[in-house]
Amino acid sequence: MMVFLVLVAAVAAWAVWTYNRLIALRNQVQNGWKQIDVQLKRRHDLIPNLVAAVKGAMEFERDTLERVMNARSRAVAAPSVPESIAAEGELSRALRQLFAVVENYPTLRANENVLKFQEELTTTENQLGFARQFYNDLAMRFNTQQEVFPASVIANFFAFQRAEFFAAGEDERAVPQVDLSLRPNR
Amino acid sequence: MNFYEHQRRNRRRTALLIGCFVLLFTALGAGLDISLTGFGIGGAHLPYVTIVALFVAIAVAGLGHYRGADWVMTSLLAEPLRADDPEHRQLQNIATEIAVASGLPRPRLFVIPDPSPNALAAGRDPAHAVIAVTAGALALLDREETQGVIAHEMAHVANRDTLVMTTVAVLFGGVVMLADWARRSLYFARQRKGGAHPLLVGAVLVLVLFSPLLSRLLAMAVSRQREYQADATAVELTRNSEGLARALEKISASPFPFRAATRGTAHLFIVNPLRRRVDDREGPWAALLGTHPPLAHRIALLRGMAA
Repeated sequence: MMVFLVLVAAVAAWAVWTYNRLIALRNQVQNGWKQIDVQLKRRHDLIPNLVAAVKGAMEFERDTLERVMNARSRAVAAPSVPESIAAEGELSRALRQLFAVVENYPTLRANENVLKFQEELTTTENQLGFARQFYNDLAMRFNTQQEVFPASVIANFFAFQRAEFFAAGEDERAVPQVDLSLRPNR
Repeated sequence: MNFYEHQRRNRRRTALLIGCFVLLFTALGAGLDISLTGFGIGGAHLPYVTIVALFVAIAVAGLGHYRGADWVMTSLLAEPLRADDPEHRQLQNIATEIAVASGLPRPRLFVIPDPSPNALAAGRDPAHAVIAVTAGALALLDREETQGVIAHEMAHVANRDTLVMTTVAVLFGGVVMLADWARRSLYFARQRKGGAHPLLVGAVLVLVLFSPLLSRLLAMAVSRQREYQADATAVELTRNSEGLARALEKISASPFPFRAATRGTAHLFIVNPLRRRVDDREGPWAALLGTHPPLAHRIALLRGMAA
């Protein structure tokens, strides 16, 4: 009888521990997602500033600028997560093209204001990439924890949902990396 | 060895270091007490020096634990970032990126006004970590390279290497101070009383003479392995080994000596600022005495990761 009671207590303790671990992981995953959101928002806020800074000197590049602004409004207005991911991918590509074009304008590259916004957008892009990487690692850990055997019983019982990966679009990765760094000593 | 084991081992080492330090300090005090009054010859004398030494040791270790990172920054003449400097702004951005990548808070950042390119991290845990970069490194390294260096420092913060290394730096300073103080007070006592027991004076002298050596041993407590580990973690964080490899190359090729670094803080840096030749060699002897692994080997390993 004693042995049985001890066994039940041990199993109950394990169940509570596993449940709490899964909850903790789920909160981390949600927090990771928020980090991505923060960066996306920051990017949306920065883009009009950059466009305003380069507009004057880039009369001939209306298309590039318009593509960025359009991609931005689509990304801001995206109603669902998959659409938002697609729109943000398009925005990343448009931005990269803009930076590549800016390289051709010596006056812009020497402009302090443009450099400032370029650095801010570069760091936002990098932070976005790292936040995505961090989030995906967490999501992977969370999903694995739900799938491995003893924990999977608890996960199924409490109906834990798998976390979705934030994948970069295939074509986005295919675009050759443009070096966005300022490289003051080139 | 996994990450959590690494953290645990570093915490254990720090506790051991602090324990040894307090013991050594107290033993030195006791030695002085005995040499001043003899073996109970003075009768019911309270061992004042022992008690004072014990309290000073605990105070140094305790304060050092909480304020150590600031002491290190002060000793290196590090300055906080200026908001209006674009290069400082970029450094802050890069640190934010790496903080996001590692899921840790962004450390406080400092710039050391020195033309020699180098960087270091200190602090007892990620919430109280500091990272300092020399002005030379900011001028020499491009964005990608700086990112690699900051990621390397962040790796030290994440696996608590900074806890051990900061403790070593603070206690090293403490031991040197103690040695000076013991030597002076012994000299003083001999002038006043016409000499203590020669055997005991000898014992104190041995302790005094050995304390710098002992602090060298403390510095060795931080193994060279930690630098390889931090390089690997940096690549894991940035998914880019080329930036850090190029940064190490540029730093090793720089001709500027680092003036502010001492033996007490050298082990904190990404590349040994003292440029000791033992660091360029391999083998068990070099591994014992060197605080940093050979740079060429680190660069080769990083290049190997990219392949």
